[in-house]
Amino acid sequence: MTAREHILSDIRRALGRAAGQPPLETAPLSPHALAAPTLRIPQSDRNLYAELFGQKFENLGGKFFRVRDTAAVVPAIADLLVQKSAVASNAPFLRKCGITGLPQVHAAFTDREELKAACAATDIGITSVDYALAATGTFVMLSSHNEARLVSLLPPAHIAIIPRSRILANLDELLSILPRPADQTSSMVLITGPSRTADIEQILVRGVHGPGEVYAVVVDEE
Amino acid sequence: MNAPETEIQQAVDDPRLQLAIYTATRRLIDHRAGVVNSDVLPYYQDLRNEANAIKKHTIENLDYYLEQLESNVIAHGGKVVFCRNGAEAADFVLDLAKKRGVHMLVKSKSMTSEEIHFNERLEAHQLEAVETDLGEYILQLAHQRPYHIVAPALHLTRYDVADVFTKELGAENEVVIEKQTKFARGVLRQKFLEAEIGVSGANFLIADSGAIVIVENEGNARLSTSAPKIHIAIAGIEKIIPRAQDLAVFLNLLGRSATGQPLTSYTSFLSGPRRAGEIDGPDEFYLLLLDNGRTKLLADPEKRQSLYCIRCGACLNHCPVYRKIGGHNYPWVYSGPIGAIITPQFHGITEDTWLPFASSLCGACAEVCPVKIEIPKLLIKLREEVTEVKRRQQSGDVERLAFRLFAWIATHPRIYLMLASLGSLFFPLVPKIGPLKKWASQRTLPEPAQQSFHQYWASRVGRSRGSE
Repeated sequence: MTAREHILSDIRRALGRAAGQPPLETAPLSPHALAAPTLRIPQSDRNLYAELFGQKFENLGGKFFRVRDTAAVVPAIADLLVQKSAVASNAPFLRKCGITGLPQVHAAFTDREELKAACAATDIGITSVDYALAATGTFVMLSSHNEARLVSLLPPAHIAIIPRSRILANLDELLSILPRPADQTSSMVLITGPSRTADIEQILVRGVHGPGEVYAVVVDEE
Repeated sequence: MNAPETEIQQAVDDPRLQLAIYTATRRLIDHRAGVVNSDVLPYYQDLRNEANAIKKHTIENLDYYLEQLESNVIAHGGKVVFCRNGAEAADFVLDLAKKRGVHMLVKSKSMTSEEIHFNERLEAHQLEAVETDLGEYILQLAHQRPYHIVAPALHLTRYDVADVFTKELGAENEVVIEKQTKFARGVLRQKFLEAEIGVSGANFLIADSGAIVIVENEGNARLSTSAPKIHIAIAGIEKIIPRAQDLAVFLNLLGRSATGQPLTSYTSFLSGPRRAGEIDGPDEFYLLLLDNGRTKLLADPEKRQSLYCIRCGACLNHCPVYRKIGGHNYPWVYSGPIGAIITPQFHGITEDTWLPFASSLCGACAEVCPVKIEIPKLLIKLREEVTEVKRRQQSGDVERLAFRLFAWIATHPRIYLMLASLGSLFFPLVPKIGPLKKWASQRTLPEPAQQSFHQYWASRVGRSRGSE
């Protein structure tokens, strides 16, 4: 018998189940177990999400900007880029905002090793997001040809440019829109504030392995 | 084994350690309280009930969900390896590393890997495993095991850390925590960029997605699972939940219960190697599903709830015993109340028989457990089992003899009365001599009454007769 067979047969013997038997609802019948999970999505005004997101994000130690349209993005973050180098993801929205055209911004990576080396050597990673969550100040990033995993991870600072329409109420709403994220991507990451640790004396330190500085720019009109 | 009394006494007598444990657990208690109270999370109790129901259902149909998970991991291009024990898990990793010519791997925090002495097993075959969580890295350098499930280096001060970095890495003596963190980041960043294999644990396994979920704050788990070409995840078979949507329940509970965060800095939902078109991510993905004794906990319908645990550490923080004796006095990597119930079940009831008794049964652990494990109830059940085993082994002879003696005395009134009056005479000596000395040293005993109940009754009856 293989280890797999051993383990599965040990489980079945202990539970009194047969191979291939469908899951049983056991007494006392629980309403939650097999029925659809309860998702709690607040029915609030969507226009307030950007502001709520901003508050939560700043509470986490992030810096929040809100601009009217794509033309206002580069001026808003210009100060952050002075004397700095940056790597931008391939998100079309960054091109639309004029970020990929900036002289200090490296973009259009398609090779993993080149991207890794560039991200390890640069000051700032710039991405868009797939979604943002207002209730927790969270970026939701799905790995794809538009968004690589390492751009928001290796550089010491991360700037996310967020179309306002992508802001959802909370995690529950995200899971109602993406009931099975793995159908689309090998990696969905929820980023909630800067990288942090409290491993030494429970003292909060930002920027351990991921970015210690995080910026969010919400763009009202796409 | 008996309780490590000397070590426990040392921990209790060490004011620096007591302060460290007290301060850290107090902070964790306060942070949690701030995010689960009914003002900010009115449906907190509903979430606990749902989490308990989902875990109960999944554990009771564990084989079904494991097979579903397995087929979905394979569908996304990953491989599933069932491992009965630590040796099988380590052998798989050693074999893969050998085939790929790998000599060093990076590792993110995983209690499951601690449980099977993963690093030591690899190092015995010259495969270096570098811990990358800051706390775990410090402990690896100091050759210590985690003191706490979520705050592994809770017992160390910045001065201890400075000593470890100086001694083990030749670093300058640096006691500013920010600078210590930056130093570790620099050392570990190099390891991340060089490593060909990244090993992670998993907080949840998602059956309907063939995915693993990792919850963390530092970013080392993201790096371990994204930078190297090979990702190996090790998880206990009980970590499984049916659907991705169930995360709405579990993620809303885990961060809050552990560190008081509604969501931790990073939550990674990972499924298989990188897909076509994705720029980065690993080329190979392996999920090691570990038994290592877990199936032994399934047979008893009551005790199997021990497998619901999501390792938030809240029961440790709130436990008056953990907060005095600390993490290293528990015999296994899982400490505190949850350690006290799972250790005897994994290792056998005859090992560490003291463990289920190391509790005041105050119930704080059950009160804060996000998945509502009835820890005090299980402790009592385990106490019964320990007592039963001892009775069968006749090692409880002294106790049985004592009770037989008591029964004999209690059924012989004259002797009882004689001994009772002697007893009240000698009672004040009890704390100073004999087998009760140790027990009495931690308790304030009541003063014996002026007269015994029998004497009182006799005088009362005498008085009422006199007034007739």
